[in-house]
Amino acid sequence: MSSKYSNTTVNAFRRENGRVGVRNHVVILPVDDISNAACEAVANNVKGTLAIPHAYGRLQFGEDLDLHFRTMIGTGANPNVAAVVVIGIEPSWTKRIADGIRKTGKPVAEFSIEQNGDFETIRAASWKAKEFVHWSTELQREEVALSELWISTKCGESDTTTGLGSCPTVGNMYDKLLPEGITGFFGETSEITGAEHICQKRAINEEVGERWYKMWKAYQDDVIFAHQTDDLSDSQPTKGNIEGGLTTIEEKALGNLEKIGRTSEFVDILEPAEAPNSGKGLYFMDSSSAAAECVTLMAAGGAVIHTFPTGQGNVVGNPIVPVIKITANPRTVRTMSEHVDVDVSGILRRDMTIDEAGDELIDMVRRTANGRNTAAEALGHREFSMTKLYRSA
Amino acid sequence: MSEIPHLLVHESADNVGVVVVEGLTAGTDMLCCVTHDNSTFRLTSGADVPIGHKIALKDLSEGDTATKYGEDIGKIIADIPKGAHVHTHNCKTKRW
Repeated sequence: MSSKYSNTTVNAFRRENGRVGVRNHVVILPVDDISNAACEAVANNVKGTLAIPHAYGRLQFGEDLDLHFRTMIGTGANPNVAAVVVIGIEPSWTKRIADGIRKTGKPVAEFSIEQNGDFETIRAASWKAKEFVHWSTELQREEVALSELWISTKCGESDTTTGLGSCPTVGNMYDKLLPEGITGFFGETSEITGAEHICQKRAINEEVGERWYKMWKAYQDDVIFAHQTDDLSDSQPTKGNIEGGLTTIEEKALGNLEKIGRTSEFVDILEPAEAPNSGKGLYFMDSSSAAAECVTLMAAGGAVIHTFPTGQGNVVGNPIVPVIKITANPRTVRTMSEHVDVDVSGILRRDMTIDEAGDELIDMVRRTANGRNTAAEALGHREFSMTKLYRSA
Repeated sequence: MSEIPHLLVHESADNVGVVVVEGLTAGTDMLCCVTHDNSTFRLTSGADVPIGHKIALKDLSEGDTATKYGEDIGKIIADIPKGAHVHTHNCKTKRW
């Protein structure tokens, strides 16, 4: 079926594995917390590289360790990344992450600090990083179909205007672009509570819907009910949500779910940081509702652009994925305009329709894919937060 | 719509609406719009209510269900007169 977006193209980077990226980063990736300093030193030596420091990677085990590796490998494998230098304290886990990224076919080099020290590691890694910068900066953008983009969403600092305006705007984008063949991500497991009966029905079939419900219920039982000390009234909704007028998790969830529009159905469920493997379509990723954690997980799953509705004004960004901010709250537009990419406050004044807002967002997705820096990129927001499932050994 | 609405209501079944203008004061003759079908009605605000916060569209009693998006969003825990502010002081989740 042809629509006005069937022939829309963007200029982007075609990677070795066929995926399309909209940025061209050379990433210096630490395997673990104690390798952050070496990575930051390399990024300081070689301009045009990007260190991604983080807090974990030692003495993790089991499912938590699997998630660590999946997040690290997925981040390096993301098509917005041209090449990767991996640095870890010891060679074994360093090689495991480097080899995982290498499957994409992109250039990867790994270095380990034990028996070399920071100085020697930084020296050797800097030479390789410089080589990668020269190579990557000669790569050219090429014309590709808009439908080749993988686009994620998660909202933050939500209020009642997100359910009225910015979330339905994202939903309208998905309703228009998923039929064209994009791959989409939504998630925020805890924040579907109150709308789980509706979400389950948005699965493509009953089997997927039942698996989704089991995943959501397991989170309720194993995490919320196992660890709660009160009714979560200080956490979900958050203080910012309450300030913005959201009273209950049910109200928040119903607004949140507006992000998947009216007609979109999800085709499968992903583990945190897992890449889709059931073809094109919309995926639910089991993920935290905390902004930086969720965007980090979806980026590791392969999303190249993130659409982020906000009400009260969440300022989050990501190191490798451009985060497009959409708000319908006129007070946020007035007080925090430097963070806003798409102003849809006209929806509240009833001088802009959801359909028009969706078209404006798609245009901003197109421009962002072509290279326009988002507000979060311009302001240097590079929040990278690993999700941790339990205490390290 | 030439006049800008003060209050938006998702569905006609809802018993609460959302203030979408800054600085709303008690006693305002509000233009209210149901976004689902663009129908309008008028209601007088019973309090100064901040942008984004909810107002009761009818008298609500303790034990009633608050309805928004046509769905259950929680229980009313204190009597609320039509036009008054609805928030955490008089409405609460039915979950956790």
